[in-house]
Amino acid sequence: MKCVTCRGPAIIDIRRHNSNFCAEHFLEQCQRQVRKAIDEFEMFTPDDKILVAVSGGKDSLAIWDLLVDLGYNVDGLYIGLGIGEYSDTSLDYARAYAQTRNLHLVEVDVPSTFGFDIPNGSRAAKRVPCSACGLSKRHLFDEEAIKGGYDVLVTGHNLDDEAAVLFGNTLHWHTEYLGRQLPVLPAREGFPKKVKPLVRLAERETAAYCIVKGIDYLVDECPMAAGNKHLSYKSALNEIEAMSPGAKHSFYFGFLDRAAAFFEVEASIDREGLGACASCGAPTTSEICAFCRLVVRAGGQLPDQTGVSAVPVDLGPTRTGSVQ
Amino acid sequence: MQVKVRLHNPRRDLEIEGPITIINLLARLDLNREAVLVVRDGELVPGDESLSDADSIEIRPVISGGAS
Repeated sequence: MKCVTCRGPAIIDIRRHNSNFCAEHFLEQCQRQVRKAIDEFEMFTPDDKILVAVSGGKDSLAIWDLLVDLGYNVDGLYIGLGIGEYSDTSLDYARAYAQTRNLHLVEVDVPSTFGFDIPNGSRAAKRVPCSACGLSKRHLFDEEAIKGGYDVLVTGHNLDDEAAVLFGNTLHWHTEYLGRQLPVLPAREGFPKKVKPLVRLAERETAAYCIVKGIDYLVDECPMAAGNKHLSYKSALNEIEAMSPGAKHSFYFGFLDRAAAFFEVEASIDREGLGACASCGAPTTSEICAFCRLVVRAGGQLPDQTGVSAVPVDLGPTRTGSVQ
Repeated sequence: MQVKVRLHNPRRDLEIEGPITIINLLARLDLNREAVLVVRDGELVPGDESLSDADSIEIRPVISGGAS
């Protein structure tokens, strides 16, 4: 296998590009794809103050590293979810990376701040663990980005993540979520601008990026995620990709080019009628936001005691669609 | 001696008779090339490389993440 750029020995093949790369030119390829996503979707500029959500896994550490190397001003945000040893280890990786590159890492610990953890809290609240985890992370990402005065929140969602979520939402025709599945969600009252600069890289490439750059990341999967639908969608798409390289890219970018606009109206209806949560002030269509209701149901405590626990709580049916 | 192979999720070790190329090894283990990387001494090993009995490799999964 020879590098498509220099004809030296290649270390990785990327079949959807019909290309092989040596280490040096693979890193250039990753930078090029991230820069292209940032420019094409007008994600941010070098003057912006950026917060990247960091889990200690390959995607978040790769995008933090890529953005710093590209000259952006980026802090990290780690949310501790109390998933036993997994959370402890993931924090170690996030801290180690920040320390190595002398970067600032904001840390929020859910158990010590809100009095519940994801494994026990999701059980008590009768929510799927991944659902309770996603809800908590989205709420705290928004809160910390706004509190810290950041212009934009970056997440490490890659091409495989986006294709799998699109696959799930299409399979069940969750049209309200399809309208929001974009690489950029603009800022609005109570929400920061959110962007996904890794959408042009597959997760095999973000993992390879970390290995080539010598970035230590948490390899093992979250114990709560085993058997979830998102992972089975990814496996199904990888079977298709193996037979038809480029299928995931065509699926996701074809959706953005030709279909996403059809679902805009439904997504905008979903954004109407937002008020402020009586407990935390976050935007919500209810009196109390979904995160605060989760905290109460999970047996935790809201930091700002406003008598929320006395408010009748109705979480409604567990959501089955996927939003990011 | 045989090729030593470490797998994840769950973590386990195997020994496979060499020489064998990465592509053939993954096929024998019924692993999708889109879903893994092969690492030896901290470096990526390309698919066409042949492993000898003295090699010790890690097959690292790249699929991750829960979704809400």
